Amino acid sequence: MNYAERLENVTVLGASGKMGSGILLLTAMEMADLSLKPENKDRQFVLNAVDVSNKALDGLMKYLKVQVQKAAEKKIVQLRKVYENNADLIDNKDIVDRYVADVCAIVRPTVVLESAYASGLVFEAVIENPALKIKLLSQINKNSANAPWFFTNTSSIPVHELDEKAGLGGRLLGVHFYNPPAIQKLVELIRAASTKDELVEFALAYSKNLRKIVVPSNDFAGFIGNGHFMRDALHGIAEAERLSKEMPFAEAVYMVNRATQDFLIRPMGIFQLIDYVGLDVCQYIMSVMAERFPGETIHSPLLDRLIAAGVKGGQFSDGSQKDGFFKYEKNRPAAIYDPEAKQYVPVASFQAACDAKMGPLPQPALSWKSAVKHPKKEAALEEFFAKLAAMSSPGAVLAMRYGERSREIGLKLVSDKVAQKEEDVNTVLLSGFYHVYGPINNYFKREMVK
Amino acid sequence: MAAGYNTISLGSGRKEFNPKKPRPGLEEYIKEAGQATLKMAGGAANIDEGVIGNFMASKFNNQGNLAGLIPFIDEGLKWKPSCRVEGACCSGGLALVTAVKSVLAETAETVLTIGVEVQNTVKAVYGADILAGAGWYKERKTGHAYFFPGKFSDRAGDYFKKFGLERARKGMARWYRNAIENARLVPTAQEHQNRQEDLEAAAMCKPNPKSFVENLTIYDCSKVSDGAAAIAVLSEEGLKKAGIAKKDAIEVVGFGQVEADLTAAPADLTRLDTTAEAVRRALESAGITAADLGTVECHDCFTITGILSVEAIGLAKQGEGADFVSAGNTARNGKIPFNTTGGLVGWGHPTGATGVRQAITIWEQLTGKAGAWQIEIPESRPYALSISMGGNDRTVVAIVYRRPADAK
Repeated sequence: MNYAERLENVTVLGASGKMGSGILLLTAMEMADLSLKPENKDRQFVLNAVDVSNKALDGLMKYLKVQVQKAAEKKIVQLRKVYENNADLIDNKDIVDRYVADVCAIVRPTVVLESAYASGLVFEAVIENPALKIKLLSQINKNSANAPWFFTNTSSIPVHELDEKAGLGGRLLGVHFYNPPAIQKLVELIRAASTKDELVEFALAYSKNLRKIVVPSNDFAGFIGNGHFMRDALHGIAEAERLSKEMPFAEAVYMVNRATQDFLIRPMGIFQLIDYVGLDVCQYIMSVMAERFPGETIHSPLLDRLIAAGVKGGQFSDGSQKDGFFKYEKNRPAAIYDPEAKQYVPVASFQAACDAKMGPLPQPALSWKSAVKHPKKEAALEEFFAKLAAMSSPGAVLAMRYGERSREIGLKLVSDKVAQKEEDVNTVLLSGFYHVYGPINNYFKREMVK
Repeated sequence: MAAGYNTISLGSGRKEFNPKKPRPGLEEYIKEAGQATLKMAGGAANIDEGVIGNFMASKFNNQGNLAGLIPFIDEGLKWKPSCRVEGACCSGGLALVTAVKSVLAETAETVLTIGVEVQNTVKAVYGADILAGAGWYKERKTGHAYFFPGKFSDRAGDYFKKFGLERARKGMARWYRNAIENARLVPTAQEHQNRQEDLEAAAMCKPNPKSFVENLTIYDCSKVSDGAAAIAVLSEEGLKKAGIAKKDAIEVVGFGQVEADLTAAPADLTRLDTTAEAVRRALESAGITAADLGTVECHDCFTITGILSVEAIGLAKQGEGADFVSAGNTARNGKIPFNTTGGLVGWGHPTGATGVRQAITIWEQLTGKAGAWQIEIPESRPYALSISMGGNDRTVVAIVYRRPADAK
């Protein structure tokens, strides 16, 4: 079965979810692009979008149309060539409309799982629940005559466990997209010892066509991305708890969040990132990892408490942020949750005092936004962090400790053989988390940290 | 001509531009520019005729019959004879010559002359479809997604091959720098707020044919713009009636209006031969040569077009226009300043308004009303030239103006 044949009949499970919808969009366009090649004109391409709710699938189709239109507008130069023999398609508008129709025609939204039985490739993007994943994968595998290939978008569960428990015999590969898949460039590729070479070869070709940056991760719970993020988050929570002995909890959260965002030049602070991913999702991933790293504490009682109080974060279906550590107004943090009082405290009530306590940022200031497009990024970062290291203000000390811990986590991923090399850890954080520098760097070497 | 007024050129680059928020419509731009000119020209009672240049309101705004928006400017314009003219991006130039001819024919003493275009109603990818109407419709299918950038990219490509890539790109980058530096001085310009450092270095970036055209980058292109421009074309009698002193007006001393076959491909992509012919006729009818010009407003829809225009006017030999520009001759402090408010690349290009906007820039420069963007017009060269071009060098109007005799 060649590349195009493998993609003739595909199923995405959990297609209307946050990850599933992005994977569906990218796969649908890849399949449509194949179908438009002259050599494939006699092939039939089918992409089953399987989910549990018809309402959600309606939403998916609307999302798909809008996104494909945007993508078509961007690649109009190539599309004019693709449709050059269609005499009736003259204006860019004609071509964009036709492409949207061609992509949507491939997609079959359905709540019927049996649709997947005819597929040669099944992409699993359901919630991060091993039992559910195993049940779906094994059911499809048992009922299919094709010996289909399976991709799982799990961000934490070891692939070999899923393969063994679902009885897939090496026909499973971890293909972990980042949120949102249509935009994020990173794909973590996780092969189990049993995974067949052909799946990996195919996945590399597929990811390349989707213009993704592929980083191989070894098959340990959490892989590289969550392997770093969860430990980084736990450090942030521990720092906030430490600081909260001397100040109100909300202020401690504010300071740690600001240290990670403004002092460490990250796109968002650690608590905002936890909110973005969802406290409950973090809790779940931590539990998956904790079980598999028995020697390490990967658990936060604070998260448990907050979740029990209904503070969960995550996003609404329109992409806007739900309240978590922060309460959001127009998608910006406006207040911070106080677990004792069980209410949000406005940031404005303590912001100035906290900022003064933390001390100034190194000058010239370097924001994440300006660092991203800085023509001499390396030099600017070096200067900024050298100055930060020389400062003794509480904010600078907090940030340096944080940078050091982040570096330590990165190095441990390599020494634990989760990552094959340091560069892979850095690539994941750079392309999957939009950091402007990798965690394994020279800015926060221990001797530099007070 | 006198009493010129430009609205801002609205589009990407202006801080107040937000494609998601409502913006002024055609009629609001027309009204703003028209009323300003009426105010300077003694009111609607002095206006004998109205003419409005516009390219594609029928597609960008679903609006035809634009002459009907002239009485919308002022009640006093009700039942004044009015018409709309169209010649793609030369629509503004055609509006000017139409007004000039009315005055010469003595059917009018004063003609209110307007140009307008509101293009940001659609995304650039669909705007390209609409603007492709300036070419022959049968070429659209085989044309580039960005049809006109594609046409001028082909011209640039031939120019690179014939006369050298590096040298041409240098000239084009300098053209861009001049355009932005000029626009920064002019509050109505679309690139007024441009803060880019080292403009020439930025403009030397490589074209990306995957997402755009082979030989041009965004730095080589004019803007997608909304805006209007208005000016009064008056006889001496008209000036008197309007109470405008001669020192506040410029004299039209010659023009050339030339049309080429829309269905025929240009004979030589490295020459703007229609433009050259229009300029030749304009200079001849004015009885001057290019050496008498103090400033020029040319139709730099792309930087390469600016360079080809320099050659078409005869200021540089074929193939040497890029060097002429690189040497700074067309900069605001150069031998012959071009496009002193930024041109189409810097000020903006609301297509139907551009030809009228050019006349206003010249009016400002020759009457000393240019404020922060004033250049010095030498006593020995009191003339200016505007070139309005439609399509791929198909419809061209060139006009020669002279500074009023008693103006400094």
